[in-house]
Amino acid sequence: MTTHRVARPLAFGLALTTLVGSFVALELWRDRVYGEPAPGDAVLYVRSGDAVRRLSLSFTPLVADLYWIRAVQYYGDMRLSRSPNKRYDLLYPLLDITTSLDPDFTVAYRFGSIFLAESYPGGAGRPDLAVVLLQKGFRAAPTRWRYLQDIGFVYYWWVGDYQEAARWFDKGADIPGAPWWLRSLAAVTKAQGGDRRGSRQLWQSLRDSADNEWLRNNAAFRLEQLDALDVIDRLTTIVSAFKARTGEYPASWDTLVRAGLLRAQPLDPTGSPYVLDPATGRVGLAADSPLNPLPVGAQAGQMALQPAR
Amino acid sequence: MSGGRLGAVALSVFRESVRDRVFYNLLLFAVLLVGAAVLVGQMTAGQDIKIIKDLGLAATSAFGLFIAVFIGIGLVWKELERHSVYSLLAKPVRRTELVLGKYLGLAFTLLVNVAVMAAVLYVVLACMWWISPENIRASWESPALDPALLVAFLLIYVQLLLVTAIALFFSTFSSPMLSAVLTFGFYVIGHFNADLKHFETVIASAPLVWLTRALYYLLPNLAPFDVTAPVVHGQAVSPGYVAMTIGYGAVYVAFLLAAGAHIFARRDFK
Repeated sequence: MTTHRVARPLAFGLALTTLVGSFVALELWRDRVYGEPAPGDAVLYVRSGDAVRRLSLSFTPLVADLYWIRAVQYYGDMRLSRSPNKRYDLLYPLLDITTSLDPDFTVAYRFGSIFLAESYPGGAGRPDLAVVLLQKGFRAAPTRWRYLQDIGFVYYWWVGDYQEAARWFDKGADIPGAPWWLRSLAAVTKAQGGDRRGSRQLWQSLRDSADNEWLRNNAAFRLEQLDALDVIDRLTTIVSAFKARTGEYPASWDTLVRAGLLRAQPLDPTGSPYVLDPATGRVGLAADSPLNPLPVGAQAGQMALQPAR
Repeated sequence: MSGGRLGAVALSVFRESVRDRVFYNLLLFAVLLVGAAVLVGQMTAGQDIKIIKDLGLAATSAFGLFIAVFIGIGLVWKELERHSVYSLLAKPVRRTELVLGKYLGLAFTLLVNVAVMAAVLYVVLACMWWISPENIRASWESPALDPALLVAFLLIYVQLLLVTAIALFFSTFSSPMLSAVLTFGFYVIGHFNADLKHFETVIASAPLVWLTRALYYLLPNLAPFDVTAPVVHGQAVSPGYVAMTIGYGAVYVAFLLAAGAHIFARRDFK
């Protein structure tokens, strides 16, 4: 009797386990033979923030979170995608719905503007939409000077319009409670817009005033890129001096070390070695350096040289 | 009306909820929150605390809503279906006491449910606070263990009391299915009825405008009970607003219970 009482559930458990194992094995087999089903393209069925807000009843903040997670995942997927035709079409609608559902979602405005403004293919390459999003945030919270600082930053870094950038920094400085350095940032931008020192000051102010770890890390990353650009300039000068002395570009960093022009192989702020093209003498980051791609042109300051890629 | 008889009826409703394994939803709630706490940190660009708070409050509201509706509509109907109402009414229990006692029993069940959910949310938030470095904590809009969350829980609870009263009111004269549909209908309308007040923007007829405005004041307005967004963003919710909203809920509940008890008292069970 006791054996029967134990054996039956045991047999039942075994049967269930066998069935589970069987359907998992069948799925694995089918995927191996016919290939795994491709995930569907991202679709946004409802594009109106107001419509989604009404449909979400009392769960609006949670639905805003879901749209925010979708926006972050969508941006991440697109950024990592290797497709030559990748598009960021849904990024702005997702951010717009998120912020319509939760107008106080500060991070959605501030991160979202970074995702939108970042040049293609790393981002959507839409600084115009980044400004629209930040202006929406400012309309919802007219005391948040950070949105105006961010608009100025978009004009400075992504559009290269320093007068407009300075105007927005000034506008931000007018808001009660805004820090004093926003006014001086506006003055520096007017005077030195496009200069790498101006860029450095902008990023330092963003890093030091960031109220969020992600924004702080992003600013620190940009400062490391500017440091790398400074080092690339100095290394280019050394390579040019070597060519002027010997008539040819150095074959490697070791050549410069042996010539006494360098103490060791130069490393970028992340520890990756800089690369030297012995044919052209151009200096740049290693292909696998986390600092890639370096800013070019206006973002890097007028002194910048486009690094070898 | 006797407090002892009310208490006895209420206690039996609470015991029945325990027997019906209503509190199993707490386990699901805890698993949901702990699972979300592990997952969201990797998916939300540093918004995990906000999202856990939103999720905790939304889940409390959603689970509570289902309990309020599905148990609320069966409170009276079950007694009629099982014919136990005859033996109940043969005892020295007034019909009004039966309705009020049933309501108080479910209110107590919901209170326990909401209180445990609040405690679980605070435990999860405390764990997240504990494992987060100081620089991450500094970037949070409001503290992880923000006491203001209790205000949101309180208003959710009062909203659930109102929904329970709606369900109980309908269950005194209609079938469970119809009561459920009507209660959910009122819940949805309760979150839309601010539109009724401004209907003049879409219709020109003055009587219709007056009618919609009257409906705005007469139908239960549930939207004010939702203070999740300001609480999660660390914005103050004034005590006056909370007191007036609770007062509105209490008066509305009193009206529904009085009407429901009156209808039940006049019902013929032959």
